[in-house]
Amino acid sequence: MSFLKISDPISARRLFLGCSGGMVLSGAAVALLAGNEALAAKTGGSTVGDVQILNTAIGAEFEAIAAYQLGAESGLLTKPVLDLAVTFQGHHKEHVTLLSSTVEKLGGKAVLAKAKYNFPVDQLKSQLDVLKFAAQLEQGAVSAYLGAVPLFGNRDLAKAAASILGDEAMHWAVLRQAIGEPPVPSAFMS
Amino acid sequence: MNCGHRALSRATLCVCLAGLGLVVQAAPDATRGEQVYARCLACHALASDRVGPRHCGLIGRRAASVAGFDYSPAMRRANIVWNEKSLDRFLAKPMRVVPGTSMTYDGVPLATDRDDLIAYLKKVNAEAVCKVGSRNTP
Repeated sequence: MSFLKISDPISARRLFLGCSGGMVLSGAAVALLAGNEALAAKTGGSTVGDVQILNTAIGAEFEAIAAYQLGAESGLLTKPVLDLAVTFQGHHKEHVTLLSSTVEKLGGKAVLAKAKYNFPVDQLKSQLDVLKFAAQLEQGAVSAYLGAVPLFGNRDLAKAAASILGDEAMHWAVLRQAIGEPPVPSAFMS
Repeated sequence: MNCGHRALSRATLCVCLAGLGLVVQAAPDATRGEQVYARCLACHALASDRVGPRHCGLIGRRAASVAGFDYSPAMRRANIVWNEKSLDRFLAKPMRVVPGTSMTYDGVPLATDRDDLIAYLKKVNAEAVCKVGSRNTP
């Protein structure tokens, strides 16, 4: 499955509204796109730059997965928060699957996860610390996707990146709420 | 006051003073720059390398010179030394200044945001987080 796969917006929307389960979130992202993938890759304006943008995003998504894994294994999270962390981690895994698939469809080579990530483990001493750390990463992710959306040569990719941005923004809002901060601090993101 | 209001207030102040024949450039605000820095945190940290390289020691550093970091060929060829001027230019449009950079980010469009961000990076570089060397710190 890739960003470029669903045949038309109506069937994509139907898929988005009508399904449930693990594939649905990927489907929802894909559902925002229209057109045959080969055709889209050929005529949609995809560039070498698009592959680079996608690979940078994949790198950050892999790191987010690792960060949530660190949180989940920390022993600091209560069950509801742990469940939330695992759910959000699952979203990031779906992003990676979709982004990597798209890179390959465009003829590129998707980056892989690093063997090791540097996280501030010495600063994570409580559930609140973990939540704040995760919120910080999610806020950064929103800004990163916002900064990537206008760069895509292929407008379908821009649209799909915006759909991931929305997901990251929801993560950020929920984490802020859990921390006890206003979940949506402003009308605009930057 | 949020970031947008502060930036607007600063611009308004400059315009008003300019109208009086006084051109006063408000000093960059490192505290506000820390808020701007939140945009960088998907990929960067101060004292450790992530998707992007660490920012401690950035001012005065040659581009693509953090040992062990996997820079893009474009950044390795860039021949830039990071100072206020080069950072301001790069942050405004990274992919225009270094085509092919892995920093696939449209940039920080407001000059006041860039000024504040650079002020923060300069300030934090003198603080403990950057004095200990490489640490796992966001």
